[in-house]
Amino acid sequence: MTLAQAAPGYADVTAQEVIFLLLGLVAVASAVLVVTTKNVVHAALWLVVTLAAVAGSYLMLTAEFLAWVQVLIYIGSVVVLLLFGIMLTKAPIGGTAGLDGENRVAAGIVATALGGTLATLMIDAFRHAYIDLDDFTASGAEETGSAIFQHYVLPFEVVSVLLLAALIGSIVLSRNDEGGR
Amino acid sequence: MHLVYPTVLAALLFAIGVYGVLARRNAVLVLMSIEIMLNAVNINLIAFNAWLQDTLLAGQIFGLFVIAVAAAEVGVGLAIVLLIYRTNETVDIDSLTELGDAQGAQRDAQLAQRGVDRSAAGAGAEAQVR
Repeated sequence: MTLAQAAPGYADVTAQEVIFLLLGLVAVASAVLVVTTKNVVHAALWLVVTLAAVAGSYLMLTAEFLAWVQVLIYIGSVVVLLLFGIMLTKAPIGGTAGLDGENRVAAGIVATALGGTLATLMIDAFRHAYIDLDDFTASGAEETGSAIFQHYVLPFEVVSVLLLAALIGSIVLSRNDEGGR
Repeated sequence: MHLVYPTVLAALLFAIGVYGVLARRNAVLVLMSIEIMLNAVNINLIAFNAWLQDTLLAGQIFGLFVIAVAAAEVGVGLAIVLLIYRTNETVDIDSLTELGDAQGAQRDAQLAQRGVDRSAAGAGAEAQVR
């Protein structure tokens, strides 16, 4: 944490940084395509690319368990769920011009201002901060598992109750009540 | 790795997600943009976990919880979107104005009349509701 003096400059780039920057480039480009493409299904498929690139950047930040959870839950189930949503709401599958609202210019201004402010703040605040990845080895799946089941067991169980509640809630919401009552 | 790279990547992804939430009209696409925003938050959590060298892995565990809550959110959110589609025949967020005031509803009705060609189904459902 107090590595301000020992941190290498931005000129000597490590291999991890190169890979991370490439993954970040892929993530940002495909995220832009998700929010701008005219085709709903293409948006879902570009979201897969974004999520995979983000999973890769988790790997580069030593969070291997979370990277695989991301692949399994996000790419495996959330995107499939979103594709089901697209199909069930009979969204226009072919390219359509009406996917963006009238306020896209205002949205662009807000997003640019927010992104610029956040990025400037982060660069200003953490210019000298350096993550010592070689030193940080206590982050594999084994350590994550023991942390979950030793220190975070109660929140973990609460999350499973939350998932059960969400399951029941979505069944109740999407049930067709016309025949009943 | 410099801490600036992951945090700036997270800021950019979050801004893109905000743009998607504000600009998109299809509710499913808004849900996708929310997923991008949640992923940006997760990158921050993991980067700071690695920077602080937290042996309890609080950042990673919190990221795991964020993913679980996001899965729950998508499930319930899609159920709500399907319910809206079943009652209104549309998932166009701009045309779902039942909660607006009367003045705004009038203005939206005028807008819907003008834009019949672009959202014929949505305007038709609105006319039925009124």
